Amino acid sequence: MNVAEIFETMDYGPAPEDAKEAVKWIEGHKGRFGHWINGTWTKPAGTFASKNPATGKLIAKVSQAKAGDVKKAVSAARNAQKAWAKDAKARARVLYALARLVQKQSRLFAVLETMDNGKPIRESRDIDIPLVARHFYYHAGMAQLMDEELPHREALGVCGQIIPWNFPLLMLAWKVAPALAMGNTVVLKPAEYTSLTALLFAELSREAGVPPGVLNIVTGDGRVGEMIVGHADIDKIAFTGSTEVGRKIRSATAGSGKKLTLELGGKSPYIVFDDADIDSAIEGLVDAIWFNQGQVCCAGSRLLVQEGIAQDFYAKLTARMDKLRVGDPLDKCIDVGAVVDPVQLKTISSLVESSNGDVYHASTPLPKNGCYYPPTLITGLSTADKLMQEEIFGPVLVGTTFRTPGEAVSIANNTRYGLAATLWTENVNLALDIAPKLAAGVVWVNATNLFDAAAGFGGVRESGFGREGGWEGLLAYTKQKTSGRPIAKIDAASAPEAATVDGVDRTSKLYIGGKQARPDGGYSQAIWSPRGKLLGHASLANRKDLRNAVEAMNSAKGWSKTTGHLRAQILYYIAENLSARANEFSSRINAMTGRRNGVAEVEQSIDRLFTWAAWADKFDGRAKGVPLRGIALAMNEPVGNIGAFAPDDHPLLGLVSLIGASMAMGNRLTVVASEPYPLAATDFYQVLDTSDVAAGVVNILTGSHSELAPHLAGHSDLDAVWSFSSSDLSGLIESEAAGNLKRTWVNNGTAADWSHANSEAFLSAATEVKTVWVPYGE
Amino acid sequence: MPTKSATKITKTKNHLPLVHEPRNPGMDLDLDRIARLQANTSAIERRAATLPGRRSVKKDFQAAWLLRAITMIDLTTLSGDDTPGRVRRLCAKAKQPVRADILEALGMPQISTGAVCVYHDMIPTAVEALEGTGIPVAAVSTGFPAGLSPFKLRVAEIEESVKAGAREIDIVISRRHVLTQNWQALYDEMKSFRSACGDAHVKAILATGELGTLRNVARASWVCMMAGADFIKTSTGKEPVNATLPVSLVMIRAIRAYHELTGYRVGYKPAGGISKAKDAVTYLTLIKDELGDRWLKNDLFRFGASSLLGDIERQLEHHITGRYSASNRHPMG
Repeated sequence: MNVAEIFETMDYGPAPEDAKEAVKWIEGHKGRFGHWINGTWTKPAGTFASKNPATGKLIAKVSQAKAGDVKKAVSAARNAQKAWAKDAKARARVLYALARLVQKQSRLFAVLETMDNGKPIRESRDIDIPLVARHFYYHAGMAQLMDEELPHREALGVCGQIIPWNFPLLMLAWKVAPALAMGNTVVLKPAEYTSLTALLFAELSREAGVPPGVLNIVTGDGRVGEMIVGHADIDKIAFTGSTEVGRKIRSATAGSGKKLTLELGGKSPYIVFDDADIDSAIEGLVDAIWFNQGQVCCAGSRLLVQEGIAQDFYAKLTARMDKLRVGDPLDKCIDVGAVVDPVQLKTISSLVESSNGDVYHASTPLPKNGCYYPPTLITGLSTADKLMQEEIFGPVLVGTTFRTPGEAVSIANNTRYGLAATLWTENVNLALDIAPKLAAGVVWVNATNLFDAAAGFGGVRESGFGREGGWEGLLAYTKQKTSGRPIAKIDAASAPEAATVDGVDRTSKLYIGGKQARPDGGYSQAIWSPRGKLLGHASLANRKDLRNAVEAMNSAKGWSKTTGHLRAQILYYIAENLSARANEFSSRINAMTGRRNGVAEVEQSIDRLFTWAAWADKFDGRAKGVPLRGIALAMNEPVGNIGAFAPDDHPLLGLVSLIGASMAMGNRLTVVASEPYPLAATDFYQVLDTSDVAAGVVNILTGSHSELAPHLAGHSDLDAVWSFSSSDLSGLIESEAAGNLKRTWVNNGTAADWSHANSEAFLSAATEVKTVWVPYGE
Repeated sequence: MPTKSATKITKTKNHLPLVHEPRNPGMDLDLDRIARLQANTSAIERRAATLPGRRSVKKDFQAAWLLRAITMIDLTTLSGDDTPGRVRRLCAKAKQPVRADILEALGMPQISTGAVCVYHDMIPTAVEALEGTGIPVAAVSTGFPAGLSPFKLRVAEIEESVKAGAREIDIVISRRHVLTQNWQALYDEMKSFRSACGDAHVKAILATGELGTLRNVARASWVCMMAGADFIKTSTGKEPVNATLPVSLVMIRAIRAYHELTGYRVGYKPAGGISKAKDAVTYLTLIKDELGDRWLKNDLFRFGASSLLGDIERQLEHHITGRYSASNRHPMG
């Protein structure tokens, strides 16, 4: 077309970004890459093709790591870790240099990313790469402040990090920046489709002064990931990817003592209320589900529109979809690029074909060759439809309607996932009411897919656990500076040959839903003092008692909405009532344990309740300084239903520590009492009964820890499980928890020190950080 | 409700396809609809901020787009020191906005600007200077720029200008009606202005920089369209803030929704502050993406700009020669 013709048609025409420099870099390596281990390249070996999804053409050949490569990388990381952890301020300078380096080479990174992944150059250039730089800047600051602000925490050691193909360099930054800042060293595996920017980053990291061994990149497919996960000398696994693989990693690491954070899939709701700015909400959808071809874990892929505006909304939406330009991702005028791989394209097509909803494909031209899928809307689905439940991970939006705000929340939360949520309304009351009710780690109000290094990102439910970004993200890369001693199994006193029985028989039961309950199985166990005196009988709870306790917790959800002020008063009241019965409890403890520290333990328990009463209204959220006009609120929300095994060694203090922390933060708790010394717990429910504790907020079971552990850890309606048992349950619990990917906090055979409250650890275990983004402006 | 009407295309002397839209007849004031209108400022700003990064027009395409932009310019002089001589020079530029050798190199026929825009007293001079070219004369009116002269005189000013030969009248609305949410008064005022215009097309200047919120911009846009505005226009060029992308987004979304509702296409004119070729291209991409290609013609889109043309001329020369140009190489307007 000549100028005069274009003058008439007003077409956009091609606007290709130049790929020369990226190609030059690849050619400089003769198109073949080894692994980056100990600050240098290994010889390329066992290579596989890395292709450009837009053209199907080979870009480079990348090596498939073998066990030996992974071993080498881990030992390089191990050798480098001590020295790297020594000087936080020196690390700050290295991270600063990395941030600068990313900025200085920003176009090279962006072009290479787009070639490798297929995302539009606009996104890699304007979103991914700037966020990468931002992440290193932010964490340079975290390294600088570490000594002063986190004096009780230290690096974990060697971190194994496995990242996905949808944001190759950005996910590297999210993982590497906090890990390095806190003094860890890293072995990272990029996804096999998209290894190149990680390799470029590693090579350039020399120029930022990253010492050899601190950052190691091994490439290859899932088998390499498995080797990293299974490597004995790795202290922490961080994974971003599918829920299915996340579950496998949870099982594989169970009981290993490896720390784990998982950032998994989602089916995030995108809620539009009838008073929303409709045009803006539609434009938001472009950023929600057609951003990166919808291959985004937090994509707003489930559209919920208020019924009265639905038809109009769909009409406007399909009109907008027709305007999306799909094509060569290196073209600067393209909205939707190529799907990452033919395999992914096939998955998307077959999922859409299987749908019985009304399918609308955007009427926009697609390139003849390459991995392209048109922006798609499927309406008329009900919550029961597969596509309303399953993650598609492509440019496909599914939609349904709702009638009321309450119903919007119900439908939004009717999912096994809980990563992100978006809501659109011009009513501030509605927005701030709905945001806390959504089961999600991130909520965007009148916006979508906003990210920043200062704002935590991560999910609840089967979207994983742990946060990336912000102060909360540092918890995933540090540990408390404590040296625990191994825990010794404490057995119940065995029955004496000659029993001493006196007084009126006292029956202790289970405590479920605010009532004493006989054990379902009808079995009890005699509890003897070490001196052979019968102290009473403790019920042996079974899985059905646990089920009932969980039902009771579900009936007590109102507790999670109470104010901290109210919770504080109740905790103080419990302390007061315990204090009134101090003598009885201290004798009981002494009788069970055969020791003489009962008085001290009761006193400490009262003190512990005071501590948690104090915290109930003081664990403040944060308002994050994100680079936008608006606020990102980090809200500390209760985890939900917690199941816990109380420590065996401190029958009252351990129990009270768990109850206090759980209640203070608004959780519902089912706690299994000390196995050898259960009677302090059963006495304690009388204290709860007299202290205005709502039914179901605390449930107390007694019985065998090891018998209850698989049922508790496997229960799909529990959100977290804690174990301080002296029985060896850590591996079992972590493995069973893989089912619904509940959070776990287990002792790994190490004794806890109950002489202090350990507030930091309990506060973090008893809460989920929800980040609520509220941009504003009139 | 009228259905979408077919458009007739006729060729004029300057080989520009001029499409004659049926004029927007307006509709009853629908206060419920006005009350429901929302405009989320931060979301609109984000869309506007990312737009230049989402669209790129290069090489021949860029040149063609810039030439099209020229045909959409209301070449404007609105100064207290305007004289017939000054206005005649401007009209000459409107007739021949680009150096002939540049047009030739681009393989383009002669083009002209969309209109020449002047104060009332300069209308006869402009009409005379543009005689036979088909370039319309637009006059600002109704006590421009503040719009606070007696209502009777504002209506009379329109009638005088139409009588003097202006084919387009740029009226200013009473901002106070918007700021006090007196939509009935705004509607009535706009209707009177439209009726005073007769066959001349009326552009309603909202003075968006003085309306306080984007929601007000959306509501004022709708009320003026309901009252029969042919164009809605951002600014007089005299407010502290003139045309911006967020304001434009709100106004063209209103135009789009009005078209969906009534089938009538209302035109859009951003004015003031658009002085770079690159900005002009961004505006055209905004129009193309949000409203569609039909609005990329000068019967439905105008730039109210005086210095934009000069920058476009320099860009066009650069396109041909590969060397950056200078303003002294292009005849001034």
